[in-house]
Amino acid sequence: MCARSLQTPDQAYLDLLDGYRTRVAGGAAHRDEMLAPDGTVKPVWVPFITHLGSLTAADLSQRFARGDQYLRDAGVLYRQYDESLSSEREWPLSHIPVILGEAEWQEISAGLVERADLLEYVLRDFYGDNELVRTGQLPATLLGQNPAWLRPIVGLGKTGANLLNSLSFELGRGPDGKWWVISDLIEAPSTAGFAIENRIAMRRVFPNHFNNANIHRLAGFFKDFQQTLMDQKGRIDGEIALLSPGPMNQNYPEHAYMARYLGLLLVEGEDLIVQDGKAMVRTVAGPKPISLLWNRLPSAMVDPLELDPGSMLGAAGLVQALRDETLKTVNMVGAGVLETRALMAFLPKIARARLGRGLAMSNIATWWCGQKTQRDHVIANAHRMMVGNAFSTTSLIADPTTISLGSDADGAAAARLADMLRVSGRNLVGQEAVTLSTTPVWEDGALVARPMCLRISLGRTQDGWAVMPGGYARISAGDDAKALAMQRGGKVADVWVTSPDPVQTPSLLSQGTRPASRSSTRGILPSRAADNLFWVGRYVERAEQNMRLSRAYYARIADGADHADALPAHMRAALMENVLPEPQVIAQRFATPLGLGLQAASRISDRLSPDGMMALRSLVQQNNALDHRAIAADDRPAQISSLLRQITGFAGLVHENMYRTDGWRFLSLGISLERAAHMCTVLAVCTTGAAPAGALDLALEIGDSVNAHRARFQVWANAATVMDLLALDPQNPRSVRYHVTRAREHIAHLPHQGSGHVLSEVARLVLMAETRLATRLPDDLTADFLGQLRQDIQDLSTALNDHHLV
Amino acid sequence: MKFSIRLTISHHYDQPAANSRHLIRVVPRTIPERQHLITHALDLSPAPDARSEMVDFFGNRVAICTLMEPHSEMIIRLACQVEMTQPGVWQDQSPNVADLCRAWETGTDLGADSPFHFLGPTQRLTPDKAIADFARDHFIPADSVAANVLRIGQALHDMMTFDATATTVDTDASEAFRLRRGVCQDLSHVMILGLQALDIPAGYVSGYLRTLPPEGGVKLEGVDAMHAWVRAWCGPEQGWVEYDPTNATRVGTDHIVVGYGRDYSDVSPVRGHLRSSGGQRNSQAVDVAILP
Repeated sequence: MCARSLQTPDQAYLDLLDGYRTRVAGGAAHRDEMLAPDGTVKPVWVPFITHLGSLTAADLSQRFARGDQYLRDAGVLYRQYDESLSSEREWPLSHIPVILGEAEWQEISAGLVERADLLEYVLRDFYGDNELVRTGQLPATLLGQNPAWLRPIVGLGKTGANLLNSLSFELGRGPDGKWWVISDLIEAPSTAGFAIENRIAMRRVFPNHFNNANIHRLAGFFKDFQQTLMDQKGRIDGEIALLSPGPMNQNYPEHAYMARYLGLLLVEGEDLIVQDGKAMVRTVAGPKPISLLWNRLPSAMVDPLELDPGSMLGAAGLVQALRDETLKTVNMVGAGVLETRALMAFLPKIARARLGRGLAMSNIATWWCGQKTQRDHVIANAHRMMVGNAFSTTSLIADPTTISLGSDADGAAAARLADMLRVSGRNLVGQEAVTLSTTPVWEDGALVARPMCLRISLGRTQDGWAVMPGGYARISAGDDAKALAMQRGGKVADVWVTSPDPVQTPSLLSQGTRPASRSSTRGILPSRAADNLFWVGRYVERAEQNMRLSRAYYARIADGADHADALPAHMRAALMENVLPEPQVIAQRFATPLGLGLQAASRISDRLSPDGMMALRSLVQQNNALDHRAIAADDRPAQISSLLRQITGFAGLVHENMYRTDGWRFLSLGISLERAAHMCTVLAVCTTGAAPAGALDLALEIGDSVNAHRARFQVWANAATVMDLLALDPQNPRSVRYHVTRAREHIAHLPHQGSGHVLSEVARLVLMAETRLATRLPDDLTADFLGQLRQDIQDLSTALNDHHLV
Repeated sequence: MKFSIRLTISHHYDQPAANSRHLIRVVPRTIPERQHLITHALDLSPAPDARSEMVDFFGNRVAICTLMEPHSEMIIRLACQVEMTQPGVWQDQSPNVADLCRAWETGTDLGADSPFHFLGPTQRLTPDKAIADFARDHFIPADSVAANVLRIGQALHDMMTFDATATTVDTDASEAFRLRRGVCQDLSHVMILGLQALDIPAGYVSGYLRTLPPEGGVKLEGVDAMHAWVRAWCGPEQGWVEYDPTNATRVGTDHIVVGYGRDYSDVSPVRGHLRSSGGQRNSQAVDVAILP
């Protein structure tokens, strides 16, 4: 295929390259990923560039949009956190991949595996015998003064089990063409999940190219890793869970995605307790044991009792469970110490002592300024150094406080730096200010060269380390090839490893590994997740009810009623919390619960279908885009109807698409209890003698039962027929009875509903409410009775909360 | 000399607490040739659901207790007997600070008493310029480390006023120093930061103080609760020297050691985590009597 493409280069292809070649040649001394030093396209890039050249500009923008649409639909967003404010923007996918040949990939892989093994050895020593310090290979102060070296963990490195099981590395290619490790990402490396999402998006952008380009698939890596987690858990009884900092963390979407993809329970610290020496997850069915945590918290946050006392993310007692060996974590808690910058100054020497040679994949040259010779080197070469805190675990290129003088710095600045190095060298580290290679991105209809670095993930398998064949690349926003410029943000790209031969196509689902263990995870519902699901149901239902009220209100205004007329005034006073007749204020009554519903949903996005999340998100977006003041009064009912169609679409997704788990029951319970309570109020307000004319029709309209009433009664509505249809009718999905009965059925299926014939408090309350309602006649349904029933439903909600959710 | 020590720590919760888990560090250490724990009994009420013991990184004895059921108070009671040995005559064998730094810089030991753990910073004790300046004002480079430690401790004692109302258990050292007021915990934290600013390894000691002075002596400050003082590393020959800045005295047989750490957080008598919606009131009572 390569050869044929080369024989027939069309004009577009040549144009693409000419422009790019000029731009690369204009840059400083660095390597380019696509072009060889002689300016020719590297063979592994030829098929793709040929394909790209065959597409028209219109084609391309349509394809890029398809990829972006996938990411939006999947909820892959780039989140930034600034103090307490968070903002979301589109995932910055570069639609041009970074392509590496299999041979080069294997070389990189072998180097990273060797490095991973060395890191395992070092970590074992740090939390074990401290031979590296004792034999002078590492200055004692680099552990003694290191906040990432967690003393309560010391001694736990002496176990026989592997301490590291999941790693990522950030690599850059230097001007000589060699790859260097920029940072070892040990703790909560967020790479893998993003890599899958990028890949899926890229398959949408270049579908036909993927079919025969021999690009290595990523799924096999995850299948192996899933097996690793199973193996690590070993014979300990209990679930495997992914411990996440929660939705406020920028990587939460990845955590939710990985948990769903690998079939793991997603938990947060508040879900966990340690009881009888075992880590447990609090579920709606009581505490259940956890045997393995894939920890995505910074280590020090894992246990507020023994580690960082300020941590709100972990759970007290987890360190004790680790000591008692009733719990394992991937990676070992405390492993983050390997990210200490100053360690990079000693790893090459430690490698030589252990392996008898240098590492194949070494890190950027680094000097710890606590030793005179190293300090003097940094002072003498200050113009090509980055300098920063020796004990930080953020890479120097990612740290805004990093000092980088550059070659044009004045003497005074250099003298100040030298002074600082002499006074507090122990706390400082110098690192070579490396230059990165460039790779093409698409900007304004042309290929442009931008500096990039690679992120690559490793997972331990039974056969040793497995390297993900691909990964993701971070691409700089500007053309400054200094690695430090990366922190200004930019794009991310999919990394393709291509083979000369056809590649295998594994799937995570096909030969499901140990299906029994996976399905058991599905049955576990943490109380916090159940609580959020319950409130998604309640808030979304509340939003729907308020939309129906608003539509009914504006329908009357559109028909010529005045805001001060009896019925509109009565509606506002009795059903709409005395709102002012302002469009914005009335719209807020459904905008607020919608927003809260989405918030609750995004806390448990791993448990809702992607379609459900998408429906909710687009509903909120559509509503936020409306300027209710600008809509003509006549158009308001139609506008609200359009929102209503979408919200019932969400409810439909819940009922048609959700697996019938306890989670679904809590969501459905939320909807039913909210709807039943709301209908009690509507009926109490609209059926009293004091209600203005038209109130009964209003109740039917809000209850979406105008047609049903016509079909059943063939008379004008009176209080008894409305009560019959909307309070008592067990077949009407808008009636109080229908939802109280459905709630009773859900509750009967929840765990721990009494033993034998003795009902639980929740089961008792719901049965009493149902019975009281079912044994009433339409004429006996007074406002007082409905008010009491509403209170009963509220008590039921509280009891449910106490029993299952707290 | 034998002491009988009694300690009661009470926690009262406005709303019942549940799922509580506590690390308790109140039992005196045994230190060869200095302090020997003869017997002890540590009781909790209500009785914990689970209780275990461990020795932490610094060699302190820790009881770990969990109480799952709702409870509105927790009371910890310790009764123990300790025998103290009279130290030998004080001799200063410490080098000057420059030599001290050379001594620890080349060290390769990371054991519990290694000076490397005590150079700072910790999460709780971060360098403070005013405290560092104060320490430098009283620092004489040509003098021995021990002489400097004692001088700085005395100066700190003279400068700060013992005041149990000015600070709380969470007050940071910089704030206490600015106020020139505080209790043993604050004075110890300030002294540690001052010594560390001079590259002298320094740590925190928690313990008990003899309640009634020997005949003719003065009643010391800090006898009605657990006490705290400082230890400084004065070189390989001299080892660790303990000093009580609250009472401006070197530590002898009246100071009974419970815990060694880098700061209060490492040795706090009770470190806990629990689920409760209300506030909490704590109290502490200590009695240290000489046994015949």
